[in-house]
Amino acid sequence: MSKPLLQWANGLSGVKKTMQLTEQHKHYWRRNLRLTGSLLAIWFGVTFVVGWFARDLQHITFLGFPLPFYMAAQGALLVYVGLVGYYAYCMGKLDIEYGVQEGDQ
Amino acid sequence: MAAPIQSGFVSQLKRYYALYTGGFIGFVVMLSILEQMGVPNKILGYIFLGVTVMLYAGIGILSRTSDVAEYYVAGRRVPAFFNGMAIGADWMSAASYIGLAGTLYLSGYDGLAFVLGWTGGFVLVALLLAPYLRKFGQFTIPDFLGARYGGSIPRSIGVFAAILCSFTYVIAQIYGVGLITSRFTGLDFGMGVFVGLGSILVCSFLGGMRAVTWTQVAQYVILIVAYMIPVIWLSVKHTGNPVPQIAYGYVLEKVTAREQVLNDPDTPEGAREAEVRAIFKQRQAAEESKLQALENGGNAYLVAEKNKLAQTAAGLKASADADPQTLADADQAVADFPADVAAAHSAWKAAAESDKSKAAPIIAHAEPFAGPDEATRNKKRKNFLALVLCLMVGTAALPHILMRFYTTPSVKEARESVFWSLLFISLLYITAPALAVLAKYDVYTLLVGSSFSELPSWVHAWASVDKSLMSVTDINRDGIVQLAEVTIGGDLIVLATPEIAGLPYVVTALVAAGGLAAALSTADGLMLTISNSLSHDVYYKMIDPKAPTSRRLFIAKALLLGVAVFAAYITSLKPGDILFLVGAAFSLASSAFFPALALGVFWKRANKAGAILGMVGGLAVCMYYMYITYPFFGVNAPLWWDINPISAGIFGMLTGFIGVIVGSLLTPAPDKSIQDMIDNVRYPNLKNTIRNEAA
Repeated sequence: MSKPLLQWANGLSGVKKTMQLTEQHKHYWRRNLRLTGSLLAIWFGVTFVVGWFARDLQHITFLGFPLPFYMAAQGALLVYVGLVGYYAYCMGKLDIEYGVQEGDQ
Repeated sequence: MAAPIQSGFVSQLKRYYALYTGGFIGFVVMLSILEQMGVPNKILGYIFLGVTVMLYAGIGILSRTSDVAEYYVAGRRVPAFFNGMAIGADWMSAASYIGLAGTLYLSGYDGLAFVLGWTGGFVLVALLLAPYLRKFGQFTIPDFLGARYGGSIPRSIGVFAAILCSFTYVIAQIYGVGLITSRFTGLDFGMGVFVGLGSILVCSFLGGMRAVTWTQVAQYVILIVAYMIPVIWLSVKHTGNPVPQIAYGYVLEKVTAREQVLNDPDTPEGAREAEVRAIFKQRQAAEESKLQALENGGNAYLVAEKNKLAQTAAGLKASADADPQTLADADQAVADFPADVAAAHSAWKAAAESDKSKAAPIIAHAEPFAGPDEATRNKKRKNFLALVLCLMVGTAALPHILMRFYTTPSVKEARESVFWSLLFISLLYITAPALAVLAKYDVYTLLVGSSFSELPSWVHAWASVDKSLMSVTDINRDGIVQLAEVTIGGDLIVLATPEIAGLPYVVTALVAAGGLAAALSTADGLMLTISNSLSHDVYYKMIDPKAPTSRRLFIAKALLLGVAVFAAYITSLKPGDILFLVGAAFSLASSAFFPALALGVFWKRANKAGAILGMVGGLAVCMYYMYITYPFFGVNAPLWWDINPISAGIFGMLTGFIGVIVGSLLTPAPDKSIQDMIDNVRYPNLKNTIRNEAA
């Protein structure tokens, strides 16, 4: 989401006392968006960029596999698992850093 | 939250499921001892399927509940790890379990679109939906649409779409249930459907989401063990390495080398393959000339041809020294002759197509987008990527999966449960391509080149069960099997692997039980989604918001029963093939839900008008494209940009995004309470911030 839009949206919601978002909250959300965006870029790369150039990468061999076959059958899947795990780990840390974690009231 | 209670619950769960897994392994060992003692295979099959189905029913009875939160979201205390397993079973359907390895065997690299699509979609779930849906914390997906966009119209469209795609998908699952039960117990297809359905019902009827969750965890254990054992065995047989996922790279090299030999007419084996292909080429030409004659002569030609066959048969009967086999064949030819012009046209066209594919050289397993020219290759590439995207977005939009993220105790655990589910799912999806290559190696080296007089026993066994799964005919009458003489149906690969690997019958029964677990667990989740949409979203939220909980649960259970019987009835009519139904479910989900859900979280400006426009538009475009392109409907209009009907969701989802954006920008922004709701969804906890800052 674009920055002006975000500021505009957040500006609107600053009326009711209980829902007031602090600068810190906005910062948390921006960092979440940045993380989400970069992980999605990796997701796109291993899936669609490698897929698009599959025929050109055919001659590269990895563990006995042609590289595009390996990526589609195994490599990309391992990357996906890594992406999801990394996201869960980072967001868990980010929640605590910005004090928006759940529980322990 | 009461943390000590939850952690006690988790350790109790771990103990139960460890015991259960141990017990299950003991059960398999006991059955294999029974097999050694000479108990017949059929009895073993009955015991296996009977015990597992009773086990699921037992878990269902133990988890019965009359509490609304337990019934709809399993009390929101399913730990991430176990939710991961439940999602794994919920996700992996009969098509993944039985069909996937076969598809990979038949289409090589191009089949990997399913592997990528059905796993990569979870990245979208994790990053864009799961944590936010959990924070929202209601009961169904239409709940979220209703709260985010306001009013009952977005909710109603959500209900309609959820039922449409879940129902399409559940038919495919029940079909799988009927197929497996009938094949392994000898019951007929309709009986198989109702027996399988009975166990689904006992489970979800009594305990709703709570029972379904704990049954699915049990089903995951069975299905993954059943999938792994034969593949590991096959890997040891061919490579000496018990980790098939690593070992099969080198097997793939050998398969590729073998493909080159068989495709090269200068080698002795290649020459024999070429001979068989030439015969198929002639047959194709013969079928095509018959089609041409049919086009010109119409019904008169058909009648004349039928008379010719009848005369041959009569002539054979009249002559005293006719070979009984030839006579039987001639009678069969008369009986099988197409009844009318339309039937003749489709039968001969199919025969010509199959001859044509047999006459072509082998397509290399590892080669992406193989084709004779650049245009074909580009078309294949485009369709591969479109299918991957369509399956991924569909994955991130199927309500029976998204619903499961309401069941974790917290947002943090929702994120972690996507990780566990993807890990558990990937175990099977990484193994399926290995199985395809190992089975291919077995067929290319052990079956091809063997003598017709001493075929491997599994070939006989399966050829006698079903000709469409396995058939070998000596086309060029040289007594030796050529690859072009072998016909293999995709489903054979998983079903016959235990026999190919030379394992005892118990493992075959185990694989069948695994397939049944995969189909039942997915069907469970889907039926619950359908009946919950009706009871919660339609009855409670729209018709009678003051209904007491006892009546809400009564309505939910009654609807579940109705949906199940209706689904079984539709399935017994055998509508279309499984792949068609699965493709349609994913396309419908990706078009209807994904744009409205993702933009609902990430774009505050998205409003009711946009959501309505996007969801209705996306669904309409997707359904229209499926209607005009699927052969099932008989319109067969030209494709848009060469995109195959299975990826119809591409157009639907694009329309959906445009619809939400345009509709929202043309109308005023959503009001304050909705803006607040979005903020609330975006942060795991907004309440204790001040306190934490002070600390």
